[in-house]
Amino acid sequence: MDTSTLPKAAELATRAARNPRWQPDAALPLHSEIFAPATQGAGAGAALAFAQQALRAGETDSLEERSVLWVQDARAIKLGGRPYRAGLPEALRHRLIHVAAKTPEDALFAMEEGLRCRDLAVVVGEVAGNPRALDFTASRRLTLTAEKHGIPLLLVRLDAEADLSSARMRWRMTSAPSSPPRWNVAAPGRPAWRGELFRARAHPPGEWILRDEPERLAAERVPETTAPDHGDLVRGPGARSLAAL
Amino acid sequence: MAIWCADLALDRWRHSENCQRGEGPDSAPLALITETAHGPRIDAVNPAARAAGAAKAMMLADARTLCPSIEVRPSDPAGDLAFLERLALWAMRWGPWSAMDAPDGVLVDVTAVAHLFGGERRLLADVEARCNARGLTIRAAIAPTAGAAWALAHFAASGAILGPEEDLQTRLADLPVAALRLDNDVLLVLKRLGLKRLGDLASIEEGRDGAGSGRDAIQRRFRNRKSPAANPLVRMDQLLGRVPEPLLPVVPVTAPMVQRRLLEPIRHRQLLDTVVSDLAQDMARTLEAKGEGARRLQLGLWRVDGEVLVRELEMAAATRDPDHMVRLFADRLDDIDAGFGIEMLRLRASWSQPLGLDQSDLEAAAEQHGTSLAACMDRLTTRLGTQAVQRPVPRASHIPERAQGWQPPLEPEPAEQHQLAFHTRPLKLLERPERISVLYAAPEGYPRRFSWRGEVCEVARVEGPERIAPEWWRERGTARLRDYYRVEDEAGRRYWIYRNGLPTDGRGGMPDWYLQGLFA
Repeated sequence: MDTSTLPKAAELATRAARNPRWQPDAALPLHSEIFAPATQGAGAGAALAFAQQALRAGETDSLEERSVLWVQDARAIKLGGRPYRAGLPEALRHRLIHVAAKTPEDALFAMEEGLRCRDLAVVVGEVAGNPRALDFTASRRLTLTAEKHGIPLLLVRLDAEADLSSARMRWRMTSAPSSPPRWNVAAPGRPAWRGELFRARAHPPGEWILRDEPERLAAERVPETTAPDHGDLVRGPGARSLAAL
Repeated sequence: MAIWCADLALDRWRHSENCQRGEGPDSAPLALITETAHGPRIDAVNPAARAAGAAKAMMLADARTLCPSIEVRPSDPAGDLAFLERLALWAMRWGPWSAMDAPDGVLVDVTAVAHLFGGERRLLADVEARCNARGLTIRAAIAPTAGAAWALAHFAASGAILGPEEDLQTRLADLPVAALRLDNDVLLVLKRLGLKRLGDLASIEEGRDGAGSGRDAIQRRFRNRKSPAANPLVRMDQLLGRVPEPLLPVVPVTAPMVQRRLLEPIRHRQLLDTVVSDLAQDMARTLEAKGEGARRLQLGLWRVDGEVLVRELEMAAATRDPDHMVRLFADRLDDIDAGFGIEMLRLRASWSQPLGLDQSDLEAAAEQHGTSLAACMDRLTTRLGTQAVQRPVPRASHIPERAQGWQPPLEPEPAEQHQLAFHTRPLKLLERPERISVLYAAPEGYPRRFSWRGEVCEVARVEGPERIAPEWWRERGTARLRDYYRVEDEAGRRYWIYRNGLPTDGRGGMPDWYLQGLFA
């Protein structure tokens, strides 16, 4: 194990240094999962926004443009469709290589092969549901491969339960109302997502509204809900609907 | 130099029967036939049958009435063509390049070559002697142009030589017009016009006894005939060397091939892997010597019982890395049934491309570096198929699902016209548009609310319509135009929906609504 990556004692002394809030310009961990409903483009959109953020940070010094691998299994294609070149971010259009795998096993194989390839910049995966093949062992295998070769993996899980996984950052992503564009207020604007970071190794959980601005990813924190959820406790009668009486 | 194999089909038949001309099976009347819509037709006859009255292009039934004892064999045009190709390669012994002249001739370029054989006459004698030794009846001729050589080989006495100082036109004037390599219907036209000899045609072209040139008249008669075989004037010019006549030379291609014959047939996978890796290393050395890399590899496995199993691989980029080949073949060998054992393996690179030598990886950390993109694509396509790994490319169309094509990942992108930037397109497009039920205020306007896959969306913001007309040159006349809207509902879900047609366009009833894409 590399001891230099471990935090120093001085850093652990303050809580903020030990556990900084997530920032959009924070380094992208090598394996993240994004849970999104299949009827929205939020998962893929946010994954591409994260990928672009990582590319902007990492590719300033190198001249070559490496490709982006997008792996989908058959069910994900059926539910959410294939990527459409004219709608992709401008910088990724000519760099996309798409893999249509029939089964989740094939999709996992394709993602692992992609992570081993030194000529790829990012691997984006889309797997629908909770297939048996994508268990903790498989996700651990992906994490280790990604960390060995240093290529980030963004796995979009469509309509999936958050089961066991070794991903370093796990988001729950849904669409959010977009900011109105400048010239036509009635039209949909640049995409925005409501992201809930519910598990991360380096950051405390939280909720953000992510906005895909040109040249950067903006994020604003959603204030925590004032009324804590007490789970099974009975709410006050005022909160009950009339139909329940 | 033109070589005409006058009896190619029969010579091949005699070779297969292993008999000399006029001996053994060849002494009886025999015809080679093809089945046609009107019954069997004769392609070639031997001298005995010709003496009995049978002729080429006759129906077999007619020939039977003349000669009831005639024997029949099916003819083999494809085999003849393959033989001719080999003959053309063999004929390169007399000149730097040769071309096939289907169906029964070979053209060899002997420019400045004849002195190596002791003169043109001795060259022709050598050709004749060597072809006769192979059992071929040939007639050869030498002339300054390919057309003239062909004409002399077919219609002059054998061994005709036309030197560069002789006048082509006077020497060839007595040959029939069929020497121009024309189609049958053109020959018929010329016959009806009374033009039987090349001299007749030439004299009309030049004009006789002070009369004006007749070339314009023939030109008008054949003005719509662009193909040389249908236009006697073009053929005449080619014969006389006034216009160039390109010929396609035959180039021998040998695919790099390595094989291993095994002392003991192998039946186990482990041994098979060892032999395949040996073959891959042999292949890598062979390719390296030629400075090439393989794009397609064929592995043939000969079983003891005579069965041949073939496994084929296609690579995304030229490679000669033996480890890579072995790894790709390992996936393909899982379903091999060895039976009683495999006794021979052969690896052949049926498609190879130039590949320079490169610096070998000196560092021990090669595994840390990962694979190259081409190797990664090969591994993916070997397991998932070529249709599964693709790159989206734009195509010239306005219809959204047509505007995107797919091509293999490492091919260069086709040139495209710049796309207009003011159309916003969705990030993902559904495989096929899904129908939605809508609630609208006016049938021409956008919907207020729609339901898709059981979810109801209240439209909060909308942009549109973007009208896309059907491609009338490709679709049926009843195809309806589409009005696309970008919509966003109150929860922020962004969709691309369209109305298929207008209520008043008269191409069906009320238009349906479809959802086609998801925005980010």
